[in-house]
Amino acid sequence: MLSRTAANLYWIARYMERAETAARLLEVGERISLLPTAQGYRNEWDSLLLAAGSAIGFDAKYGDPVQRNIESWLFFDRDNSSSVSASIMSARENGRIVRTALTSQVWDALNGAFQELREIERKPRSEMELSRLTEWTMRHCAMVRGAIDATLLRNDGYNFLNLGYYLERGDSTARLMDVKYYVLLPSIDYVGTGYDNYQWTTLLRALSSHRAFHWAYGGEVTAGKIAHFLILNPQCPRSLITCVAGMNNHLGRLAKLYGLPTDLHTRVTALQSEIEGLTQDMIFEEGLHEFLTRFIRETADLAAMVHDTYLSGDLR
Amino acid sequence: MISFGSASKLERGIKQRARALNAFLVDVYGRGEIVRAGRIPARLVYRNDAYEKAVVGFVPPKGVYSHIVGIDLVRTGPEDFFVLEDNCRTPSGVSYMLENREIMMRMFPTLFRENRILPIDNYPEILRRTLASVAPLKCKHDPVVVILTPGHFNSAYYEHSFLADLMGVELVEGQDLFVQGEFVYMRTTEGPKRVDVIYRRIDDAYIDPLCFRADSMLGVPGLMDVYRSGGVSICSAPGAGVADDKAVYTYVPEMIRFYLGEEPLLKNVPTWKCAEADDLAYVLDKLGDLVVKEVHGSGGYGMLVGPKSTKAEVEAFRGRILANPGKYIAQPTLALSTTPTFVEEGIAPRHVDLRPYCLVGERIELVPGGLTRVALKEGSLVVNSSQGGGVKDTWVLAE
Repeated sequence: MLSRTAANLYWIARYMERAETAARLLEVGERISLLPTAQGYRNEWDSLLLAAGSAIGFDAKYGDPVQRNIESWLFFDRDNSSSVSASIMSARENGRIVRTALTSQVWDALNGAFQELREIERKPRSEMELSRLTEWTMRHCAMVRGAIDATLLRNDGYNFLNLGYYLERGDSTARLMDVKYYVLLPSIDYVGTGYDNYQWTTLLRALSSHRAFHWAYGGEVTAGKIAHFLILNPQCPRSLITCVAGMNNHLGRLAKLYGLPTDLHTRVTALQSEIEGLTQDMIFEEGLHEFLTRFIRETADLAAMVHDTYLSGDLR
Repeated sequence: MISFGSASKLERGIKQRARALNAFLVDVYGRGEIVRAGRIPARLVYRNDAYEKAVVGFVPPKGVYSHIVGIDLVRTGPEDFFVLEDNCRTPSGVSYMLENREIMMRMFPTLFRENRILPIDNYPEILRRTLASVAPLKCKHDPVVVILTPGHFNSAYYEHSFLADLMGVELVEGQDLFVQGEFVYMRTTEGPKRVDVIYRRIDDAYIDPLCFRADSMLGVPGLMDVYRSGGVSICSAPGAGVADDKAVYTYVPEMIRFYLGEEPLLKNVPTWKCAEADDLAYVLDKLGDLVVKEVHGSGGYGMLVGPKSTKAEVEAFRGRILANPGKYIAQPTLALSTTPTFVEEGIAPRHVDLRPYCLVGERIELVPGGLTRVALKEGSLVVNSSQGGGVKDTWVLAE
């Protein structure tokens, strides 16, 4: 497969997952904004920008972190390359370039999202409630994902798509957790209070894992259980361990398909066994924020290695 | 719709023409016998903008310069076919031919059941075979064929990806290829992979910034060196354009006699070359009755259809011809055949032409059909899609 084709497929997946992350961030933000704040007036929206990694661009363009501006930035604004709108546009453009490597169902799902997006953009903003926008985004992301799973040939292209999905998803789960731990609760006093639990629950909802969590653990929602669920539990579809195992699986399949073992695969295998060997206590000992930062950095390194190994055309 | 008899007569004529055009190209980049024999003016060949000095003395594999020859035909009477022009570079539109047939078969299955319409859907396979048959000398394995596209912003990108898909070959951009040593490679997920035959859909000027336009971002630096040393084949070969301008066109019957020793089976439209004084005088005299075209024009631009133009337009064009007569040729306005066409006011006659695609490799092959282009404006003779023309499926009926 051409490296450029592989790159297009990989980026379709990353952009679709990124659109979903932006929508999930907006959902977290909206729920948190409905909370009575403990410290009198406190603006929670800016924490989302930190999680999305795009606070600088936002400050330059809007300045004031109020809901409407954040909504514009994270959903509509094409200047923000991680906004829902920009991500879906990019995913569809990548899809158009490799149209023949996709089934018509996958293409229709990508193109359908794009066409509806253009209609949404023409409507007056007052008609678009935030919850409808986030729900719309997640539905279309699921449709693309479903079309890929249901119709695509299980060849190298399928592996590159999945590699993109798992890499982006691991990164975004780590970022979403980091919002909660690092930004929303800078003071240790809140840990373990009711306010804290409410926000943890909100995070679970944003990851569509609220019910799943109760199925898996039951009882009181605690920081320890949630960290375990979102990092170490292979049953959770968005946990870090699931994402790393997914990357490892698809990299392994590529290495086997091409008959070429890679350093990239070795490194992901090592990462998987490291996480498998962790307990929640070990993570809290290191510091959740420190652990997440390390994970996000590791993901960035892996993304660079994916590029060097498969997408640049000079195999090492 | 074309009867089997007419179609096989056309087929012989088209193949003959494709053979002569390729013989001409090999000759003018070699010893130039036809020029020495005084059968075609040297100026027309060697001072032609499309004449590539970079390939002088080079004979491409199997002696083929133009691998896909699109020959535009018109009909003026029951068996009166004329060649309007030859396209030796990279004629487009073949995806329309294939898609039209798919749509017709889906919409009118009974017509296909009741009539014996010859199939054309093996075109991509024949094209792939043709391209593989001109693999370069240094290729000792099953040749790797690719299509080189300018990219997804190009208006014909759909056709490029459509063909690549049906042929089962990679669709590459310039950035996907690189030259190392004696060969061209593409960047793949399994590392560099050697490429043997490039069906390029970009112009000569852009294929190699080291050899042609230095500002080209579409091409592959060093490609021409590999090409000339037999490491890769380029289809159509750089320089093929010298055979298809509208002034050289008038000499094609001469080429057929000179190289093949045969009489042309297909007629040219009588053409006056404004570069010649007698012809120019005649053209200026009859300007209102003629069709005048630029020698290097294409896409239906820069032309005058005398009978359909106002006096002022004719006079303005007269000025342009006088300013640079060598740039123009003139032809009589033909009574082009029409076909029933569904337009706004219902079904009405509209003028058409036909472009069959002749594939030249180890063998010369033609699928029974082609692209019928139709001028959708009433009375218009300009069928180019860039000028609002449409397309139709074309049937050859089995005996």
